[in-house]
Amino acid sequence: MRDKSKPGPSETDSSVNYLDPKAQSRRDFLEGTGAAVVATAAASSLGVGVASAQESSRSARSAISLTVNGVDHSLEVDDRWTLVEVLRDQLDLTGTKIGCNRSECGACTVLMNGQPVYSCSQLAVWADGADVRTVEGLALNGQLSPLQQAFVDNNGPQCGFCTPGQLMTATALLQDNPSPTAAEVQSALVGNLCRCSNYNAIVEAVVAAGDQGGAA
Amino acid sequence: MKALTNINASSFSDAVQAAQRARAAGQAVAFSGGGTDLLQQIKDGTDPADVIINLRTVADARTITSDSGGVTLGGLIALSELAADPQVITSLTAIAQAAASVGTPQIRNVATLAGNVTQRPWCWYYRNGFNCYKAGGDECFSVNGENGQHAIFGGGPSYIVHPSDVAPALVAFDARFQVTGPNGERELNAEEFFVLPITNPERENSLAEGELLSAIRIPSVAANTFSTYQKIMDREAWTHAEVGVATVIQRDGNAVNNATVVLSGVAPIPWRVEAVEDFLAGRQINAATASEAGELAVSEAQPLAKNGHKLPMTSAAVERAILSLAAG
Repeated sequence: MRDKSKPGPSETDSSVNYLDPKAQSRRDFLEGTGAAVVATAAASSLGVGVASAQESSRSARSAISLTVNGVDHSLEVDDRWTLVEVLRDQLDLTGTKIGCNRSECGACTVLMNGQPVYSCSQLAVWADGADVRTVEGLALNGQLSPLQQAFVDNNGPQCGFCTPGQLMTATALLQDNPSPTAAEVQSALVGNLCRCSNYNAIVEAVVAAGDQGGAA
Repeated sequence: MKALTNINASSFSDAVQAAQRARAAGQAVAFSGGGTDLLQQIKDGTDPADVIINLRTVADARTITSDSGGVTLGGLIALSELAADPQVITSLTAIAQAAASVGTPQIRNVATLAGNVTQRPWCWYYRNGFNCYKAGGDECFSVNGENGQHAIFGGGPSYIVHPSDVAPALVAFDARFQVTGPNGERELNAEEFFVLPITNPERENSLAEGELLSAIRIPSVAANTFSTYQKIMDREAWTHAEVGVATVIQRDGNAVNNATVVLSGVAPIPWRVEAVEDFLAGRQINAATASEAGELAVSEAQPLAKNGHKLPMTSAAVERAILSLAAG
């Protein structure tokens, strides 16, 4: 079960009553179920083998510092952990998605020192000292960024899984080029796939955000 | 992912020494620039690295410096930086265009010049774990298999194509490859750096174990030199070249004094077509010259069963490249 004291997305807001099944989020439900499955496995005869396998594959660890959405973090990480794994599993910033986990789909896109990168293909230790911005860092004081609002207004998300990555790449584009043409948006977003194939609406949303004054 | 140890290198010689220590301790070592493709290979099990030597922490490896002898491109410069550098865009246009054509913005923001030049081939057999020449085996599965994206020049016994877009542009500018290793530094020209499979079917270059590519030096470019990189892909973005061509022409008006023409996507190394270079010298750039050069470019091609489409693509790319460099 997640540590509710950690900084995290809005769904960990203490105003949510976790004892009320109707108020429980899908993620909390799935995480709870997952923990139960692990507990069952550990109690079975398989448990010993699982434990020793983890022991033999222990990775080196390193101390790093990251600034994420303006908040400084000092972390000790496994050298093998990717940046997206640290964002999601250590910092509870689960807005950034793992899609292909091989630099092809763009669902994991975050801004590192202002530039879009695939966080699935960066080791967290390589990001030591970096300024990272994730989708959780776009809204300000509960107010969606103009780009996020344009995605809502133009039906940018369908299933929504690629949306955080699309938003981050488009945020970087709008910072460099506040009023991009549709062709410029298409070119900037080639590294973000949408398997619902909602590309036209996504491009329209970014163009509309540009018309309304950019990403910030 | 498997257990890994990351070591941040403070200099190239520090990196080389760290690699030697790890290797002496029986560990598999990989140098990492941007690391995008390396991590993929580690996840897939096609790279056995236990220890990653991180080169991003090497000081001063990410710069472009000029002197009277030419331009030195730091090995760790990102492809996005190379593509956006005003000096590179102006005087080494083909290199900027090639860098801009790689992968996606997210990849170019981290991918390095040295990493792009030394990345392993993208043959689908090698990448999917077949025990081929590139994986240390003694077979090339493409010969009697799916060879639509394999070599039409220089193949045998392996028929991979070299995956880099930037490398042919560097070769077209007569680049020198600066290598750092356990025995210090050495500088190689393209013929010494890139290696055909007939010489060594396992590797694409002459980097010895424990050596790394630290910088690229481009000799001074003569006045009135113009260049372009043309890339034909099987979709509009985010893939390797079916065929690419880096062309550098030094001309007076439309009269060519000399030209270099180097192909990508068609051979196991960046492939110079000297027949075309010799043909262009002294000729006027016009439609007839460009068309004949395109034909000449494939006169010695040896296609496999399923990659014959690369011949007309190569001719078209060469023709377009030459015409695009005409005066006015």
